[in-house]
Amino acid sequence: MSKDATPLLKVSGLCKRFGSVQALSDVSFELRAGEIHSLLGENGAGKSTTIKCITGVHRPESGTVELNGREIAPRSPREAELSGIGTVYQEVNLLPNLSVLENIVLGRVKTGALGRIDWKDARRRAKAALGKLEMDIDLEARLSSLPVAMQQLVALARALEVDSKVLILDEPTASLDEAEVENLFRVMNLLRDKGIGIIFITHFLDQVFRMSDRMTVLRNGRYIVTRDAKGLSKQDLLQDMLGKAFEEMQSRGAALDAIAEDRAGRATQLQVRSLGAPGKIDSLELELREGEVVGLAGLLGSGRTECARLIFGVDKATAGSLELKGKQVKQGVPSESIREGIMLASEDRKAEGIFPHLTVRENMMIALQSRRGALNPVSREEQDAIAEKYIKAMRIKTSGPEAKIKELSGGNQQKVLLARWLAAEPKVLILDEPTRGIDIGARAEIEKLIESLSEDGLSMIMISSEMDEEVRCCHRVLVLRDRKVIGELRGSAITESAIVRKIADHE
Amino acid sequence: MKISLRSNPLYATIGVLASLFAVASFSYEGFFSLRVIANLFTDSSFLGVTALGMTVVILSKGIDLSVGSVIGFTTILVAYLVQDAGVSVPVAWGIALVVGVLFGAAMGALIVVYDLPSFLVTLGGLFFAKGMGFVISSSSIGIQNEFYDAVVGIQIQVGPGAYLGAGALAFILFFVFCLYLLKWTRFGRYVYAVGGNEDSARLMGLPVDRVKIGVYAFNGFCSAFAGILTTLYMGSGNPLTGVGMELDAIAAVVIGGTLLTGGIGGATGTLLGVLTFAVIQTILNFDGRFKPAFLRIAIAALLLGFILTQRALARGKE
Repeated sequence: MSKDATPLLKVSGLCKRFGSVQALSDVSFELRAGEIHSLLGENGAGKSTTIKCITGVHRPESGTVELNGREIAPRSPREAELSGIGTVYQEVNLLPNLSVLENIVLGRVKTGALGRIDWKDARRRAKAALGKLEMDIDLEARLSSLPVAMQQLVALARALEVDSKVLILDEPTASLDEAEVENLFRVMNLLRDKGIGIIFITHFLDQVFRMSDRMTVLRNGRYIVTRDAKGLSKQDLLQDMLGKAFEEMQSRGAALDAIAEDRAGRATQLQVRSLGAPGKIDSLELELREGEVVGLAGLLGSGRTECARLIFGVDKATAGSLELKGKQVKQGVPSESIREGIMLASEDRKAEGIFPHLTVRENMMIALQSRRGALNPVSREEQDAIAEKYIKAMRIKTSGPEAKIKELSGGNQQKVLLARWLAAEPKVLILDEPTRGIDIGARAEIEKLIESLSEDGLSMIMISSEMDEEVRCCHRVLVLRDRKVIGELRGSAITESAIVRKIADHE
Repeated sequence: MKISLRSNPLYATIGVLASLFAVASFSYEGFFSLRVIANLFTDSSFLGVTALGMTVVILSKGIDLSVGSVIGFTTILVAYLVQDAGVSVPVAWGIALVVGVLFGAAMGALIVVYDLPSFLVTLGGLFFAKGMGFVISSSSIGIQNEFYDAVVGIQIQVGPGAYLGAGALAFILFFVFCLYLLKWTRFGRYVYAVGGNEDSARLMGLPVDRVKIGVYAFNGFCSAFAGILTTLYMGSGNPLTGVGMELDAIAAVVIGGTLLTGGIGGATGTLLGVLTFAVIQTILNFDGRFKPAFLRIAIAALLLGFILTQRALARGKE
């Protein structure tokens, strides 16, 4: 690892803008052969965008990527792969219906007479690629029959089969258990020793410290610093990653605790008693106070959404009960829940939420009308008043209440959806991924809205895969894993790393 | 049984075909014979060829509704060229195949370039081809031609009273070709890849667009080929031939265990599916008590059974 040699990969001055958002400004770093280099930063810091610029998914407005001193400007992942940059994503982008063998070599097989594929050669090459990982996977097995960790290794083998010099691992450990993570780390060390340069992206700071030789920190789309891992303290790294926010975070702690304390002392709004259903969630206990925002955190498949669906009653529970203000609520009947004041703003805006061809006003009225019953129509004057009120209060950008909702931007559609539930005056509002797919500005507004609703006494349950969002919005966070609540965080103790640690440390 | 079914859905098709054949063999004298088996292939030759083409389309997660109309169009085109225009038979066949390929490729290109659903594009193709058939001739044209008679006369004896005619031989050879295409060539494997997950296939650098166009071009070829076999079988061309054949082909493919969701299945299953069709048809011929409509009802029952089985298998996997 000589320091003066030409770096394996040199990224200089990358700039990328999406619409009005400057996603990257002047990002530079170098990757050496035979090192594991972590790319760090909070969500939205520009890690993914940087990777996508390197692998040809995005094209930067300015800046260069050099591989072994030669400039490359890949226009597609395929081109990047051919020039020697392999990428493995958290979600495996392979073909579940084909064999391991084909997933490794397809697209690069040799053919003989009559276009006949040389399977023997293919098998030999696939074996060699798996050999580099010191893995022995049945080549004939169908990919879908393997666990995700194995599929990821197959993706790695595919990347190595083209003789990649640079490997990019984007959140590779997010869906692996401990033994699988160990195996992946073993493979990563092996590849590093073979002189491959690895860019490693992960949320888990422990893994960063354990695996990386160097690390580069990005913040708000800017390059901050590159440091050697040796001798670096976690404190320093957090300072780099969070910048001013780090100090603020520490001083804000006291205020957060005070708010959480205040909410904890209020009257109980919703009491959930050992609610559960097989395959969905094991015995959920939750006491939600007035004005309290409780987050459900956990990995995909940990049971977050299932909790929401059970409480709202889209799915039927096999055990447990719900009480709203001390009064039993019939579980499993959404219309009943809505009448009582428990409402769910669903995750999939397009499929479950909006009616694209109806107007903004009509979209807002649906929940209120459903709560009142079909025989008791909401008068047009009342409708107009409500629509005006929420368009103003939530600053919904629309040409007016009669505009079709499909003409609005994603963030504004989301606001209309929220308005729909708010118009029906809920007591408990469940927000499932309230900011999915909307831009940063709109996201901040929705977060502010959640805060002011909480001050008005509305109890909320929030689910978000953006952990930082739960950190900012929630007074209390329940951490889920394997369809069980495994821990609880409160007030200033709610941090991304604390949540991650709870998920990871459990067993 | 359940485990073996999951690992290989073909067993279900084999089971249905074998039990239908066994029951018929015990019930009807003379059913269990090479003659009947050879006739299964002869009677199903054109459905077989078009179902094989449909298999490739469905494996790529597409659908092609135009095949019946293209078959009808091809029969009238060939009959017109041979009978009225005096073109020699091989040239007429060549023209028909080229037209079929180009027609399929054009539909494929529309699907790829404008990112249109294959259902709609090929529905358009269905009407277009049907219309064009009537442009050539609105009524049947009989084919009287020595070359045709010679080809129809080709047959191989496979047992006492059992012959494989030109159509059956073409079907069997074409089946072997499709097996090879799907298992041993890049194109074949890419078809599975595209059907499995188009986005992944693209990220893996496979030529997804070319494969998709190729799939429809290939099926255009199959339809034209099936049309030519139809003219051999019927000795005439008629724009009304092949109406609804696309649905029979899709049914045969599904009964053969190929999933409409793409990426899983193959030519062997389709062969079995087509033979299942033919066995039911033969049972009707042997037993006058069944009305002809029974074929459709039996197919309906089989289809429902297979769809439910596939759903159960897919559920089990989750």
